[in-house]
Amino acid sequence: MGESIIEIKNLEKTYVTKEKEVTALKGINLSIEKGEIFGIIGLSGAGKSTLVRCINYLEEPTSGTVTVHGRELGTLEEKELLKARQSIGMIFQQFNLLLQRDALDNICFPLEVQGMKKKEARKRAEELLELVGLSEKANAYPSQLSGGQKQRVAIARALATNPEVLLCDEATSALDPTTTKSILALIKEINQKLGITVVIITHEMTVIEEICNRVAIIDQSKIAEIGDVKKVFTKPESQIAKQLVLADTYKPVTFEQQNAYRIIFDGRSSFEPVISNLVLESKVPVNILYANTKNLDGKAIGEMVIQLPDDEKAKERVFRYLERNDIHFEEVTENV
Amino acid sequence: MFDSDTINMIIQGIGETLYMTIASSLLAYILGLPLGVLLVVTDKKGIHPMPVLNNVIGTIVNFLRSIPFIILLVSVIPVTRAITGTTIGPTATIVPLVIGSAPYIARLVESSLNEVDSGVIEAARSMGASTLQIVLKVLIPEAKSALILGGAIGVTTILSYSALAGMTGGGGLGTIAIQYGYYRNETALAWVTVILLVIIVIVFQEIGTRLSRYFDRRITK
Repeated sequence: MGESIIEIKNLEKTYVTKEKEVTALKGINLSIEKGEIFGIIGLSGAGKSTLVRCINYLEEPTSGTVTVHGRELGTLEEKELLKARQSIGMIFQQFNLLLQRDALDNICFPLEVQGMKKKEARKRAEELLELVGLSEKANAYPSQLSGGQKQRVAIARALATNPEVLLCDEATSALDPTTTKSILALIKEINQKLGITVVIITHEMTVIEEICNRVAIIDQSKIAEIGDVKKVFTKPESQIAKQLVLADTYKPVTFEQQNAYRIIFDGRSSFEPVISNLVLESKVPVNILYANTKNLDGKAIGEMVIQLPDDEKAKERVFRYLERNDIHFEEVTENV
Repeated sequence: MFDSDTINMIIQGIGETLYMTIASSLLAYILGLPLGVLLVVTDKKGIHPMPVLNNVIGTIVNFLRSIPFIILLVSVIPVTRAITGTTIGPTATIVPLVIGSAPYIARLVESSLNEVDSGVIEAARSMGASTLQIVLKVLIPEAKSALILGGAIGVTTILSYSALAGMTGGGGLGTIAIQYGYYRNETALAWVTVILLVIIVIVFQEIGTRLSRYFDRRITK
């Protein structure tokens, strides 16, 4: 475990409206390590946007603590909190650029807030524009930029104050797939070059796949699952994780038949002809009922449901083969 | 058509009307702009919610705005006298004009500022901007063109109030229209003053629209 930069303990957020109390987050414990790209995924309304806003105290938690780089935000005076926010950059789905300022002046904004001199700020802004590859658009207004360009300016702006953490709230959700890829590549580059810890909020599993090291899955105001991206992708444990990993293709399929088993493929075992070897070695005929595999990071992952004969000894041989080869499996009773 | 005395009177009327309108507008904005900002900032969904203060300002603004201007004109006479030492003439008229229009300006400013995207304000907060910095660097500059357009509406409204002040000897084109056109039934003169007022309104409105467009960076030029 590396050094943790964001510590969230027992966080709870409740909104009180006239009629009722709405719980947005409950019992959240999270530790994000310095230098990692951490993903937070969930369906809309799951509470992930509230969670990311608790990290820079744009939303004040109802209870619990948020500690960023050793500072417990809840204990800070207003002025100190404003200062702490300057070391936590944030980008948004709708970019949120100042429409009456050109790209360069947008990047100058957080520097002006800090009280930096105009000349110095502009120099720093120019460097940042170069970092995000938009030097030639310095004097363009947001209305003259494409979505991807706007997000690049927003990223440059978020980095202006040399933050330790970059929060991305659905930063690619308003962009097309190609632009999304280039923005994610830029975020990854920033993470590696500048060592900035990145927290990504998204509802798209592809974003998590693409750049995150670890992921937390939020469902119904709670963390349903948390772990390395590869592990969550290959062995999703919670219902919501399975739903998100298999995205659109996931439908609960019911099998009438008995003796159905699910085999989980993680990258390693998918390089070999698992089913053929299984059949050859155990001499048991298997019937493939359902299969869903996908390519992740150059490795095939997914699951397959096979049916085995009623013969207990034959089944035993299959299980032994799977165990010996370290292939995860489980019996399927009702739903896949 | 008119003798030189009448023409001189009309020219003086134009001058007085412009003086009243511009001076009142400036003063009304000095009061109304901060009030409008306060209304937005202290709103329960604003950047610094202060519900009690917001309610107090809101109530005062609503109260002043609901008084018919002609009533206000008469009822603030003691205040006018205390400030200017007189109750007739353009300078005296500035007092009721400012009192009557500042709350209106406050609402105009409020609605212009409310047009600023809440996401942009959130972004500024995420960068550690203070309330004052958000007002000065985000709210007002981002709403600039809406504020200018609102300004044109404000100025033309003050202009029409100033004409109404002619009823009580407020000076300017309004007084001419009422004293000559209405009481003495000089229809031609009445029409001339009305046309002049219309032209002044059009000019102010046009200046406002053009300035607003000139300063708006959201439009690709």
